[in-house]
Amino acid sequence: MSIITLRESITQALREEMSLDENVFIMGCDVGLRGNPFGITKGLMKEFGEKRVIDTPISEAAFTGLGVGAAIAGMRPLVEILYADWITLPMDNIVNTAAKTSYMFGGQANVPIVIRAPFGVGGGVAAQHSQNNENWFVHVPGLKVITPSTPYDMKGMLKSAIRDNGPVICFEHKRNYSIKGEVPDGEYLVPIGKANIRKAGTDCTIVAYSYMTYVAEEAAKELEKEGISCEVIDLRSLLPLDYDTVMESVKKTSRVVVVTEAPLRGSIAGEIVGEIIDRGFDLLDAPPQRVGSKNSPVAYNEGLEAMCTPKKEDIIAAVRKTFE
Amino acid sequence: MKNSKCIEELKKEFDAYTDMYLPEGLGREEQLKMYSTMWVMRKFEEAVKPLWMANKVHGYYHPYITEEAIGTGIISQLKKEDYIGSTHRGHGHLIAKGGDINKMMAELFGKEEGYNHGRGGSMHITDMSVGMLGASGIVGAAVAPAVGSALKSWIKGTDDVTVVFFGDGGANAGSVSESMNMAAAWKLPVIFVCENNQWAIATDYTRITGEPDLYKRGIGFGIPSYRCDGFNIYQIWETAKAAIERARAGEGPTFIECKTMRMLGHHATDDSWYRDMSVCDKYWEIEPIKRMGEFMIEENIATQEELDAIEQEAIKKVEASIEYADTQCHEPSLDSFYDYIYTDGEVIK
Ligand SMILES: Cc1ncc(C[n+]2csc(CCOP(=O)(O)OP(=O)(O)O)c2C)c(N)n1
Repeated sequence: MSIITLRESITQALREEMSLDENVFIMGCDVGLRGNPFGITKGLMKEFGEKRVIDTPISEAAFTGLGVGAAIAGMRPLVEILYADWITLPMDNIVNTAAKTSYMFGGQANVPIVIRAPFGVGGGVAAQHSQNNENWFVHVPGLKVITPSTPYDMKGMLKSAIRDNGPVICFEHKRNYSIKGEVPDGEYLVPIGKANIRKAGTDCTIVAYSYMTYVAEEAAKELEKEGISCEVIDLRSLLPLDYDTVMESVKKTSRVVVVTEAPLRGSIAGEIVGEIIDRGFDLLDAPPQRVGSKNSPVAYNEGLEAMCTPKKEDIIAAVRKTFE
Repeated sequence: MKNSKCIEELKKEFDAYTDMYLPEGLGREEQLKMYSTMWVMRKFEEAVKPLWMANKVHGYYHPYITEEAIGTGIISQLKKEDYIGSTHRGHGHLIAKGGDINKMMAELFGKEEGYNHGRGGSMHITDMSVGMLGASGIVGAAVAPAVGSALKSWIKGTDDVTVVFFGDGGANAGSVSESMNMAAAWKLPVIFVCENNQWAIATDYTRITGEPDLYKRGIGFGIPSYRCDGFNIYQIWETAKAAIERARAGEGPTFIECKTMRMLGHHATDDSWYRDMSVCDKYWEIEPIKRMGEFMIEENIATQEELDAIEQEAIKKVEASIEYADTQCHEPSLDSFYDYIYTDGEVIK
């Protein structure tokens, strides 16, 4: 075991998978010489050469499309979109090609691509560098969407994603990069589609993912003091989504709060609540609650930016509401 | 010329570097005005870095320092009704188009009185009242909309012109090529200005392009295309003048590559570790403000005293803008959270 940052856990996953499989390669703006703005791919170009860590032009639509094609042709590309906001540019090749190829061609071709996209609010960098757009992809059959939040999960699940034979988008919250945690020294995998109970509890289930799991844990700690025991579930993967773990928990607590950092309208929080109602309306003692960002672009001004996203207090209030 | 040795050396390395000369039709007053505009740009941005360090300004801030001759030489010839499309490096473009540096500084401070009411910050600085179409944080994304404003002029039959700026990095975005094709097909009144500072963050542009002469991309679309020395405001002015006249006359787009050099880090905290900054030593000798000043003195267009006074005035203007933003402006009210998401004051929560 060693204690490393989530950022380092990604580097480890990339390095290990590149060493294991010569078809794995990395592509994106400034991933090579500079090692990506967050330092994640630093040194990999030296280690693996310029054909395995490729610096691209600022041509997201094209280089992601190239990645999709390379994947169809048998490679395992790791494409990086420097900020998830710009995933709009290669949207066509992700949605219409990567997600649909296997199905349309009757299984004759796979697209084993992983698209890594740093996302989320923070740092006062305004509306085009702050989005939570994971929800758009959960709507697209044929894709997988993962959002691991601890160094352990990130390394293990990213490795699973690289070995997956279909397209996977990995959303990495920028605020999670410097979070530290224990990571085993040897090889291990975390399966895609399995949630993790981050904190056990008996009175109310809080379902969250990515950065919001940390905020939810803080809320749970505070509620503990008032005698409300919350179970915090880290979904880790949004598509597929582990409803078995969610429903097990709801069975136990009979109350649920779903948290997302995305604007609440049209977000996966509503989808999760819908599914919980379908699967176990009778298990519930109170209407499920949703917590998310305000339905607004993210402002440059730090006061307005902070106002946008859910706080510990919002989650606490939502949990309390399930007891009214 | 004082800097002639440098120029000769640079010319040997690359043939884009040119001698200064006075183009026909460029008067003394206009030169002094451009010189002053460049100083305001320079002093504004020199002032921002310490403010950023002091946490008065946050987010991403990308200086236009040493690229001032491009925006100035081109935009200063536009009328108010003409449009400009900008980049993440847009402070200079806005100053040249006649923007208000008090409002710009207030925006960088995130204040309500700022151009974008604290919503946008440096990367999105915009003043529609002077025809600035809005700076985008998405590289290359401002080009197609700017060709759209040229489309409007074409549909309406006005003689308004649009100038759109993008970097060597932005030039590679797909929609830039796609919109160049339409501009050429329909002879739209737009001027594509590629500010080739040779770097896209840490990527030397020659590593990611097959043809280092970016202006040749215009030729492929049937667009008259030129290259200018980005440190030579006179050549830029003259090239732009012809392009603007052509656009106004309905003769279609022009592509101008201005070859310059990014002499600082990409943004406030970038120390450029990935490149050899000593390359820039020579370029500092021919940076555009210094070079224009030296030329005007040698040609007896202006005196040193006049030029010094212009610089001092720029410093004062900038100091006043900081004073304004810091002491006279306000944080946006949290009650205004939903403002501007929809037009006409509509609030959809
Ligand atoms: C679509 C997109 N991809 C990547 C980025 C990150 N980025 C910001 S500025 C920049 C470099 C831009 O280079 P260039 O267009 O040459 O302009 P310069 O900064 O050199 O003036 C990059 C890659 C971005 N903002 N948008």
